[in-house]
Amino acid sequence: MISIRGLKKFLGGKLVLEEVNLEVKQGETMVVIGPSGCGKSVLLKHMMGLLKPDAGQIIIYGKDITRMKERELNEMRKKFGMLFQEAALFDSLSVEDNVSFGLREHTNLNGQEIKKIVQEKLRMVGLGDIAGLKPSELSGGMRKRVGLARAIAMDPEIIFYDEPTTGVDPIMGDVINNLILELQDRLNITSVAVTHDMNSAYKIADRIAMLYEGKIVETGDVESIKTTRNPIVKQFIQGVAEGPISV
Amino acid sequence: MKGWFAGSGRGILSGVEHTGRVAIFFGQTLQFGLTARWKWKNIIEQMVNIGVGSLPVIMITGAFMGMVLALQSYYQLHKLAVETGIGALVGLSMARELGPVMTGIMLTARVGAAMAAELGTMKVTEQIDALQALATNPIQYLVVPRFLSCLILAPLLTVYTVFIGVTGGYLIGVKMMGINSAFYLSHTVSLVGPADIMTGLIKAVFFGMIIAIVSCYKGLTTTGGAEGVGKATTGAVVTSSILILIADFFLTIIFKIINM
Repeated sequence: MISIRGLKKFLGGKLVLEEVNLEVKQGETMVVIGPSGCGKSVLLKHMMGLLKPDAGQIIIYGKDITRMKERELNEMRKKFGMLFQEAALFDSLSVEDNVSFGLREHTNLNGQEIKKIVQEKLRMVGLGDIAGLKPSELSGGMRKRVGLARAIAMDPEIIFYDEPTTGVDPIMGDVINNLILELQDRLNITSVAVTHDMNSAYKIADRIAMLYEGKIVETGDVESIKTTRNPIVKQFIQGVAEGPISV
Repeated sequence: MKGWFAGSGRGILSGVEHTGRVAIFFGQTLQFGLTARWKWKNIIEQMVNIGVGSLPVIMITGAFMGMVLALQSYYQLHKLAVETGIGALVGLSMARELGPVMTGIMLTARVGAAMAAELGTMKVTEQIDALQALATNPIQYLVVPRFLSCLILAPLLTVYTVFIGVTGGYLIGVKMMGINSAFYLSHTVSLVGPADIMTGLIKAVFFGMIIAIVSCYKGLTTTGGAEGVGKATTGAVVTSSILILIADFFLTIIFKIINM
């Protein structure tokens, strides 16, 4: 489904991704873990086509998106949804206009139909009658859920989550985890999430991959990651200061 | 010595690189502006903000500019006893130079700064990424409406500035200094022609383009959080103001060459 081969990226003179190889299967949730600043978000932005790699390929639906022209890439992006770290809601637009953005730009649905879809998506993420509010009037958890509603508004086939539970309280974090699982069950979406929240990773992942120093150092299902012998992965998932990962 | 050469070399390279990037950005804006469907809702929103919002500022600037010009030239021309020429002097200066330049500078301060700050904030909060993730081109969605609005409104606001300035000059010259109204007006009408108005408007079109392109470019290339947004805003205002003055100089020369 998604196949990343030999991805390499320099940013600001620093080698952020050295050689990333990763396969994501149809319908699975792949969680990429790794320390802060190791390039997880950079990897995700490559999959969205927001960044161009210095070398390597990202094959999605059999096509290399790193070589695509913008028009072709935008056709592909209509099948994607993305939840940003701080939700990245358009703060000049209301919640309703945020959620319906893609529908208004890329479909011929009329106002009534769009309104109905917006209400349905907001209900799916557990939000009631807030369509008229501005993003600045929402709490962090609500913003993330509106961001999620916007990501699923066009019924995407692939969703990318950038730190879905960061910046919200633990309970809201679990609510978001449940939402991700529910979307997975209900819509059979392929998902890639990056996070350093291990509780979230264990809960939502079918498989986990660890990114460290620009490479994927281990990939496996939740059980195999929990019982790994790799000292880097072990140190990270146990969250201890001493070990091969220097802080 | 070697360090000095390396330093100035890097400076020149980065200057050339930036100029090239702005040129590409300008080209893309023109391309989308000409080929893609116009988003009227966004254009009207920007026009209301730029046009209606700028009227009070433009009015005050234009009025005082015309008045001070009349006052200053009265003191000088009175010595030579040719003060009836004030009308033409104010009219010509306002139409050819001060009208478009002052409008441009005021728009830079009011509109350019706001554009750079808004787009810069969108950039550092990942809203520009989100726009792209929603399969929408930021230049088409954000820059083109701002560009078109500036392009159309800079000359319109210039007409307004010139009119208010000339009126201010008339009030000072005729009502305050007691110059004969008929002389004042006949001098103005005989010496200020359509070509003078036209050159001012053409200048304003260029200034409008400079403001929109520089401010949007600075905004969309912002990096580094709140500090970066501050830098982008300052950069947009300083660069636009300087470019407006430079462009004014060269446009004046060109108009002279083609006898306009």
